[in-house]
Amino acid sequence: MEASIELLSYVVSGLAIFVLLGLYVSWRATRLDRLHGRVEAARAALDAALVRRAAAALELAASGLLDPATSLLLAGAAHEARAAGEDRRELAESDLSRALRAAFGQPDFRARLADRDGGALVEELDAAATKVLLARRFYNDAVAATRTSRRRWLVRALRLAGHAAMPAFFEIDDVPPDNGPDADTA
Amino acid sequence: MRIGLVCPYTWEVPGGVQQHVRDLAEALLVLGHEVSVIAPVDDPADAPEPLQNYVVPAGRAVPVPYNGSVARLAFGFVSAGRVRRWLREGRFDVLHVHEPTAPSLSLLACWAADGPIVATFHTAIQRSRAMAAAYGILQTAMEKINARIAVSEAARKTLVEHLGGDAVLIPNGVTAHRYTEAEALPGWPGEGGALGFLGRLDEPRKGLPVLLEAFRLLAPGRPGLRLLVAGPGDLDEIRDTVPDELAQRVVLLGQVSERDKVRAYHSVDVFVAPNLGGESFGIVLAEAMAAGAPIVASDIEAFRRVLLGGRAGALFPVGDAEALAHAAAELLDDPVRRTALSREARIAVRRYDWTTVAHDVLQVYETVALDTAGVVEDFRSGVR
Repeated sequence: MEASIELLSYVVSGLAIFVLLGLYVSWRATRLDRLHGRVEAARAALDAALVRRAAAALELAASGLLDPATSLLLAGAAHEARAAGEDRRELAESDLSRALRAAFGQPDFRARLADRDGGALVEELDAAATKVLLARRFYNDAVAATRTSRRRWLVRALRLAGHAAMPAFFEIDDVPPDNGPDADTA
Repeated sequence: MRIGLVCPYTWEVPGGVQQHVRDLAEALLVLGHEVSVIAPVDDPADAPEPLQNYVVPAGRAVPVPYNGSVARLAFGFVSAGRVRRWLREGRFDVLHVHEPTAPSLSLLACWAADGPIVATFHTAIQRSRAMAAAYGILQTAMEKINARIAVSEAARKTLVEHLGGDAVLIPNGVTAHRYTEAEALPGWPGEGGALGFLGRLDEPRKGLPVLLEAFRLLAPGRPGLRLLVAGPGDLDEIRDTVPDELAQRVVLLGQVSERDKVRAYHSVDVFVAPNLGGESFGIVLAEAMAAGAPIVASDIEAFRRVLLGGRAGALFPVGDAEALAHAAAELLDDPVRRTALSREARIAVRRYDWTTVAHDVLQVYETVALDTAGVVEDFRSGVR
């Protein structure tokens, strides 16, 4: 009799451990899933910010307020950024940041545009550039958290991430105009 | 004539366009014309040599990403203002811009000027997305150009494909007198004879492997014969293809200075241009001709034309090492023929001399500037 009670207690505690372990694993899986969701949302926000910045640059280029050389430079860089494939994306977006800094680095650039009713275009571009900066920080932050979580042995051993691809950092030069190191070289 | 030339790239930085504008300006000055060149200049005070007095500095060029690489360009309100002032003060009969599709001074000049405008297109570019995106911006400037010149068939093709319209072909000139006289490199050409090659080593189309094979065929019968190879590329890679017993006789100079290049042309008995194709003109060949080097060249169309069908240099079937060895051997054994070819080459290359090229360009100027009031500032074009 005593032996069977002892056996039962083993079974019960075994079951309890099993259930607890299951709960823990499921909690970890949910957390990971939530992290992946956060990465996706952050990526969507980042893409939207990049599209908005390129659109603002194109609009400024086509405004007729700039000299044709600056226009050509901005239009070219904005177009490259929009049309670049995955492998060249980061390079092309960095190039756009540099082209914008070179354009805005001209002496009295903002004042001249303001004189010609270009103030709204400049504001839109400034806002878009700041959004890129923010969105990229948030995205890379989410990526970092996800990558750390996925490196845990439990996640790896039980393949909790499933087939989801390991999210990659988005590394570009996104220093906005007038704050960049080459802002005053023109 | 009063001629205004616009160079879009930094004047002191070595480059094909800068060299072209300089040579053209100097040839036009020699012909008695008034010439002013506007170009980005980094810092006149820092320059190693004083600025030529025909150059008007337009300020510094800024390095910016353009078309997938970083270019030094002059753009913006300040540059535009300087170009306008230069146009106003220059009162040119004709404005000649170079590479007007680059976002720099030439585009600004097209935009700011009204009157006879000539444009020279230098580069053969791959399909440029930037150009497509900015078509509208470029179009306004391009429409004002009265005459278009392309320096090569490839540049002309690019122009036709991307911007429509056509251009006349006027190739780069050779400043022949820079090549006429030079001392041979120490120890060259030597008793046993010397063959020479100049060009990129790692570009298969320049044909160095064909020449190395021909040298391998010639070497056993001519123990004193040597091969002088100049040009940039991976020297070790070339050395690996040379048999050990010939290693001492194949001298690789690597990249050489302008001065040593001229000396190299004067250091060989036979200069070989074994190109497999793709040359539109062959500036190296023209330089060798100006130096009076006896030449053996591939029988490609461009070379056949420059060498007057073989009168100014021997031709051999493209890529045929045995035929090359045979042609080179004949020349090595025949000093009289070498002298004759050298003389013919020096005469033939005059057609490509800058003075001749400048004459061709002047004809373009005269065609568009005839009975016009000259170049004035265009007040209609937007921002000032």
